[in-house]
Amino acid sequence: MFQKIWEQHEVVPETAETPAVLYIDRHLIHEVTSPQAFTVLRERGLKLRRPDRTLATIDHSSPTRSDQIFGGVPIAIESAASQIAQLQRNCAEFGVELLDLKCDQRGIVHIIGPEFGFTQPGLTIVCGDSHTSTHGAFGALAFGIGSTEVGHVFATQCLLQRRPRTFAITVNGSLGPGVTAKDLILSIIGEIGIGGGTGYVLEYRGAVMRSLGMEERMTVCNMSIEAGARAGMIAPDETTYSYLKPRPRAPHGAAWEQALERWRRLPSDADASFDREITLDGSKLEPMITYGTNPGMVIAVSGSIPDRHNDPVFDQALAYMGLTAGAPIGGQPVSVVFIGSCTNGRLSDLRSAAQLLRGHRIARGVRALVVPGSQQVKKAAEAEGLDRIFIAAGAEWRESGCSMCIGMNGDTVASGEYSISTSNRNFEGRQGPGARTLLASPLTAAASAVRGQVTDPREFLNG
Amino acid sequence: MQPLRTISSRTVVLPSTNIDTDQIIPARFLRTTTRDGLGRQLFADWRYGADGSPKPEFALNLPTAAGCAILVAGRNFGCGSSREHAPWALLDYGFRAVISTEIADIFRSNSLKNGLLPVQVDEATGQWLLDHPGIALSIDLESRTLLLPDGRAVEFPLEGFARYCLLNGVDELGYLLAKEDQIAAYEQGAVQ
Repeated sequence: MFQKIWEQHEVVPETAETPAVLYIDRHLIHEVTSPQAFTVLRERGLKLRRPDRTLATIDHSSPTRSDQIFGGVPIAIESAASQIAQLQRNCAEFGVELLDLKCDQRGIVHIIGPEFGFTQPGLTIVCGDSHTSTHGAFGALAFGIGSTEVGHVFATQCLLQRRPRTFAITVNGSLGPGVTAKDLILSIIGEIGIGGGTGYVLEYRGAVMRSLGMEERMTVCNMSIEAGARAGMIAPDETTYSYLKPRPRAPHGAAWEQALERWRRLPSDADASFDREITLDGSKLEPMITYGTNPGMVIAVSGSIPDRHNDPVFDQALAYMGLTAGAPIGGQPVSVVFIGSCTNGRLSDLRSAAQLLRGHRIARGVRALVVPGSQQVKKAAEAEGLDRIFIAAGAEWRESGCSMCIGMNGDTVASGEYSISTSNRNFEGRQGPGARTLLASPLTAAASAVRGQVTDPREFLNG
Repeated sequence: MQPLRTISSRTVVLPSTNIDTDQIIPARFLRTTTRDGLGRQLFADWRYGADGSPKPEFALNLPTAAGCAILVAGRNFGCGSSREHAPWALLDYGFRAVISTEIADIFRSNSLKNGLLPVQVDEATGQWLLDHPGIALSIDLESRTLLLPDGRAVEFPLEGFARYCLLNGVDELGYLLAKEDQIAAYEQGAVQ
């Protein structure tokens, strides 16, 4: 599948001396990594070549408090406000469609692309954000780029790229109760390591992938970068097509039929070969949680923190986390719970957290923040009454954005506090200087919110 | 971009593995719209205490680190976020090369586009360099070699086109813009 998409997008094939000139079908931009690229266009007197293939949103720096978006209250952080204003000016000047702060289609860039139908099978999609791998769930070749490359796409709609190697990850069997797509990708990262995918495009295959809905597939592809892979892909199938059909930017009528015909030819051929392959048994997977300072430091929620004698880097990570080698992770007190992000901020994620929280109260002393991935997700969740379940349980219900995953908008965790988070990175200081992040699924986060400590969600499912 | 041929400097060593771009430059410093002046915030949370004063034991704060242009780090340097602010901060601080046994993809690509040289070495060389902080190294881009103080020369891989661009100060955007005819022809034939 990767090879087919790659070859269809080669404007100039690669040679021993020069990389390929690769055509980019869709370019998503946001306020943080685009300003320097717009500056390059201005400095060189260049036009933005294809505004029609470019879509902008505001997510990283945007406030999640309603009054700062809709109520006329100024954005609390001045530098965030000026970065947002800069994107508004840049989009106006270069003719780029912007899902602006008050727009009801705004949201996290990797949530709105699919929601809009901007993301489609067989396309090349880039964004100045490493979680662009999310869009690979549709059988697209999607990867994160830096700001200089954002400028290249602005000016030429192309990138210079060497062809990466391919890595097939097959997951057979089926996932047990309480085991989600998040647990699956955390298990994969634990298995291959956080550098295990470097230089590869991952293709996720097997019965478990076929059984997942689109939102769950996006959770899996989203964290491909946490294994070092720039891209992760899942072949499109009927699940993909039924998700896409009603979307505003998906093809309609005769164009839909033509697209479908193309898309059906995308999946890898039966005899396709990969540079590397591994196989996992999905039936053996459990709810997972991280205990260290990168997503590869992960164990079952029911497990204990490993002991690696004489590994100073490992010890340093545990010291930062304030955790002890050999101790069980279950029962570890937490004071912050974050449900949201481009990994787990979709409607199905909110549904699963709400299902667990229904009829429960969040433990005393725990602050829980629920941040929908987009305004559309927010609207759909409110239509189902999920917001009322969260609020009744004692959680805060916010406007959409990246929020506490990256803490750029002021939604942060205090130094030394433990946060159980459905986001994608538990790096030192990711959620705020000194913050201690435990990554888990929305189910595990919700169960832990109720008990005020790390809790296996299966304890709730069993009644 | 200025042509880059040789780099000679003593090294600063950060032995941690998997140093991610959130450590290189924390996200709260990304609320900027330019690429300038980020060196001050390089490794901010490792380099400064909560009150903003330098932590004396951190490698970049040692008197011997002053003026060093080569950073040696543990395996898988630059993983995580795609922020180009990471190489911008390293360059603004004064680094010209980063040496590790593994360098993350997006960070490598971003570095090359800004004239920061990613040098990937074998395990034995990597370990030796980690064990000998502050030694004087010389890196020659033309021959893709790292010259150690004992006279050993270690070759490192570097994609040919990237090397050509660094050596000649060629800007990739100019190269892409020159492909306009082919890009236009592709767009004529493309269906998506």
